[in-house]
Amino acid sequence: MKKSKFSFLLILTLVFSLILSACNSGDDNAGDKEPADKDDATGEEVANVPQELNMLDSSEIPTMDSVLAEGSTSFTYINNVGEGLYRLDQDHKPVPALAEGEPEISEDQKVYTFKLRDSKWSNGEPVTAHDFVFAWRRAIDPATASPYGPYMMGGKIKGAAEITEAGAAKKEYNVEDLGVKAIDDKTLEVTLEKPVVYWEDLFAFPTFYPQNEKFVTEKGDAFASNAENLLYNGPFKMEKWEGTDATEWVLVKNPDYHSADDVTLEKITVNVVKDSNSAVNAFEAGETDMTGLLSSDIVPSYEGDERMLTWMEPVVFWIKMNQKNEALANVNIRKAIAMGFNKEDLAKSILNNGSIAANFFVPKDFVTGPNGEDFREKHGDLIVFNAEEAKKHWETGLKELGVDKLEIRYLGGDTEAAKKTDAYIKNQLETNLPGLTVKLESVPFAVRLERDNAMDYDLQFAGWGPDYGNALSFTDLWITDGGSNRMGYSNSKYDELIKAAQGELATDPEKNWEAQQEAERIMLEEDAGLAPVYQRSANILLNPGVKGLAIYNYGPDYNFQWVKITEAE
Amino acid sequence: MAKYLLKRVLYMFLTLFIIASLTFFLMKIIPGTPFASANKLGPAQMEIMKAKYGLDQPVPVQYAKYIGNLLQGDLGISFQFNNTPVTDLMFKRLGPSMQLGAQAMLFGTIVGILLGIFAALRQNTWVDYSSTFVAVLGKSIPNFVFAGLLQYFVGVKLGWFPVLFWRGFEYTILPTIALSMLPIAIAARFMRTEMIEVLGSDYITLAKAKGASFFEIAFKHALRNAMIPLVTVLGPLAISLMTGSLVIEKIFAIPGLGEQFVKSITVNDYPVIMGTTVLFAALFVVIILVVDILYGIIDPRIRLSGGKK
Repeated sequence: MKKSKFSFLLILTLVFSLILSACNSGDDNAGDKEPADKDDATGEEVANVPQELNMLDSSEIPTMDSVLAEGSTSFTYINNVGEGLYRLDQDHKPVPALAEGEPEISEDQKVYTFKLRDSKWSNGEPVTAHDFVFAWRRAIDPATASPYGPYMMGGKIKGAAEITEAGAAKKEYNVEDLGVKAIDDKTLEVTLEKPVVYWEDLFAFPTFYPQNEKFVTEKGDAFASNAENLLYNGPFKMEKWEGTDATEWVLVKNPDYHSADDVTLEKITVNVVKDSNSAVNAFEAGETDMTGLLSSDIVPSYEGDERMLTWMEPVVFWIKMNQKNEALANVNIRKAIAMGFNKEDLAKSILNNGSIAANFFVPKDFVTGPNGEDFREKHGDLIVFNAEEAKKHWETGLKELGVDKLEIRYLGGDTEAAKKTDAYIKNQLETNLPGLTVKLESVPFAVRLERDNAMDYDLQFAGWGPDYGNALSFTDLWITDGGSNRMGYSNSKYDELIKAAQGELATDPEKNWEAQQEAERIMLEEDAGLAPVYQRSANILLNPGVKGLAIYNYGPDYNFQWVKITEAE
Repeated sequence: MAKYLLKRVLYMFLTLFIIASLTFFLMKIIPGTPFASANKLGPAQMEIMKAKYGLDQPVPVQYAKYIGNLLQGDLGISFQFNNTPVTDLMFKRLGPSMQLGAQAMLFGTIVGILLGIFAALRQNTWVDYSSTFVAVLGKSIPNFVFAGLLQYFVGVKLGWFPVLFWRGFEYTILPTIALSMLPIAIAARFMRTEMIEVLGSDYITLAKAKGASFFEIAFKHALRNAMIPLVTVLGPLAISLMTGSLVIEKIFAIPGLGEQFVKSITVNDYPVIMGTTVLFAALFVVIILVVDILYGIIDPRIRLSGGKK
C-alpha cells in the first residue's frame, strides 16, 4: 500500500513538472505587440525568396464541386482555383471578375445582363455563358440535391424556389425555368425574383461559379473526385489532391489565369492537422508558415507575439429562446434571461481569446452603411447584462405566469469549450434569477441541428456566420416562419421592415440600412427575442514574412492570389 | 481440425451478420441529422436531400437494401466526404492505422515481455520496482499525454524526430512510442505475474536441477507457458490498436481510420459508421480465431477439436 502511494505521487510530480515546463517555454519567443501587417511587399523584397507557402488546415476538403460545396474549407479552395462573375478583392469588396465590367441592369432591377471577359479553363476551352447556365441549373436541380444551391438561389433567382418545391413533392419540374440564359457565348442574362441589394456578393459566391458541361458530363460520378477530374479557371490550379479524404494537397499558380501577372505566389502546400496544439508545435518546429484557427486555450500564450494574427469574425453566438414555450413566450421572462448573465466576464475570463460580449446580433466590423459608418454605430448595445433589471423582469414575468419557479431546458454543445460556457451561463442565470432551474443538455452538433429543426428545445446556444456582405444575412433570420428562425419569434413590425429591406428598399441603400437597424432594435430592445452572448475572434499563427493574405468574412476563408513571401525566416 | 475451422468460419459470418444488423438498427436510433447545413435547409430541400441518400424510405426497405449491398461488398457513399465510396475511404485510411498499430504492438510487446521477465527473475529488487513503475505509468497515463510530451520535447525542442505527419519511417517513431505505452504496461504486468507462477512450478525446479542455464530456463521453459494468458489479451488489443487511435492520429496528423471513425459518429455519417463497424468486427472475429489456433501451438495441452489425434 505504502509503495503504491509513493509511486503514484512520483508519477504525479513527474507529469506535472513536464506539463509545467511545457507551458512555460511557450513564452520564449514572445515578441513585440505589433500584429502582422497585410501590406504589400515590394518586388525587390520577394525577388530572392521562393514564392511557396506551407500551410495547415484543420479539415479535409469535403468537396471541390462548386455546386455541392457547403462549407468554408470547400469554398476557400474552390475560390482559389476558380472564379465567377464577381470576386472578392483584397478589401473584401465584390468586384467584376469574369464579368467584363458592370452588368447592364434593367429598370426594375431584376434583369442583369453580363458581358463575359475572355478567359480559359485549364484544358484550354473558353469559359462561356453556357458554363454558367449549366452550373446554375445543376445547382438547383433536385436530382443534384445540392445543399447550397437552393439556399443561395431560392427567392432570389427567378424560378428557383418553385423548382425545389416541385422536386420535393416529386412533381414535374424544368430546370430551364431558372432565370439564367445564355444570349450568346459571351452574354449572360440573369433574372431575379425581386431586386437583391447584395447581388454582387451573390455572383461572387462559389455556388454561382461556372462549370464546363462537356467535362462534367464526361467525368460523370468521377467529376471533382481528385485534382485530375477538375477544371480550373482561377489564380491557382490543383496540382495534387487525391480526393475528399486527402490530408495533403498542392496548389500551383495557374499561368492561364486572366490576371496571372498579378499573382506572385508559385505554390501552396496544405496539410491537414486537426489538433490545435499539434499545429502550434509544427509551426514552432518551422514545418509550416501558417496554422489553422487556434483553440482559445492557446491564444493567451501568444498574446503580443507578432506571429499571431487576430481578427474579429462576423460570427455571433446567442441563446435562442423557443417562443412556443409558454414561459419564454413572455417578454419579461425573455428579458430577464437575456440580461441575466455577465457576458463581459464570459468573454474575458472564460473565452479569453479576443472575443467580445455581444449586445447585438448584427456583428461589429462586418458591414458599412451608405454613410460610411459601421452597422453598430447607431445602436451599439441593445441588450446588456444588468442583474438588477433582469431580476425585476423575472419577478414580473413569474407573476404574469402565475408561478414562483421555473425549470428551463438548455441545449448546448458537447465540446469542452461549449460545456464550460454553458455551465457558466447556467450558474449566472440561476444566481441572478431566483427560482430558475436550468437543465443543461450537452449534445453533439448533429443532434443540436436536428433538435433546432424540430424546435425541440427551450433555450439553445447557437451561432451564425453570414453568407453575404449585408446585414440581411443576419436580419432575415428572424422573419416570422423564416427558414432559419426556428424559435417561433414573430413580430409584424419586424417582418415589415425586413421584407421592405429585401424588396422595395433594395434600391434605396439609406432607407434599407435604417430599416434593418430599426428591426434589430425592435427584436432585441423591445422583444428580447434573442439573448446575444458574444462575437467570436479568430486567431492564427502566421509567419511574418507572409504578406498580402486576404481574410474573408463569408464564403471562402482566405484568398492567396495577392500573397507574397518576403524574407524567409 | 478442418471441420472445426469450417464451423468457426460459419459462426464468424453469422456473428458479422448480427453485428451488421444491430449496427444498422442502433444507428436508426441515434439522434441527429447527417446534413452539415441542416440549419440552412428549408423543409423542401430537406426532403430532396433525404431522398438522395434513400433516407426517405421505410426502415425495412433501407435495411434490405443495406444488407443486399453489403453482401456485394458495397458499403455506400459517405455523407461528409462528398461522393466518395466508403470502401475507398476505409482502405486508404486503414494502411497507416494498421502499420502504426502493428509497430506499436510489436515494440510494446517485446519491451513489455522483457520488462516482465526481468522483473520476475529479479523479484523485489530495483529491477522489479522500476519495471512495475514503467507498467503503472503506461497503464495510468493516457497516451495523449505521452504523445503531447514526446511531440513537444523530442520533436520540437530536441528536433530528433519529425514533429508530425506521415511521410516515411522516421515519422512513425514518435507515434509508435506513444501508442506502445499501453501494450508495454499490459505485457509487463501479465508477464511478471505469470513468470513468477511458472518459475515456482515443479518442472522449472527440475530444469534447474538438471543444470539448465539461466536463459534456457527463462526463455525456453518458462516463457512459453507464461505466454498463454498474454496471447488472450494481446489479440483484441492488437485489433484495437491497429484500427486506429483517435488521439494519436489527431496529434501526429496521421491519415488513419481512428479519427475518421469517431468523426463519422459525431456527424452521423451513417455509411461510414456502418462500414467501419463491420470492418472492425470482421477483424475481431478473425483475430479471435487466430488466437484460438495460437493456443494450440503455444501450449500443446490445449486441443482445438477435443478429440484425439
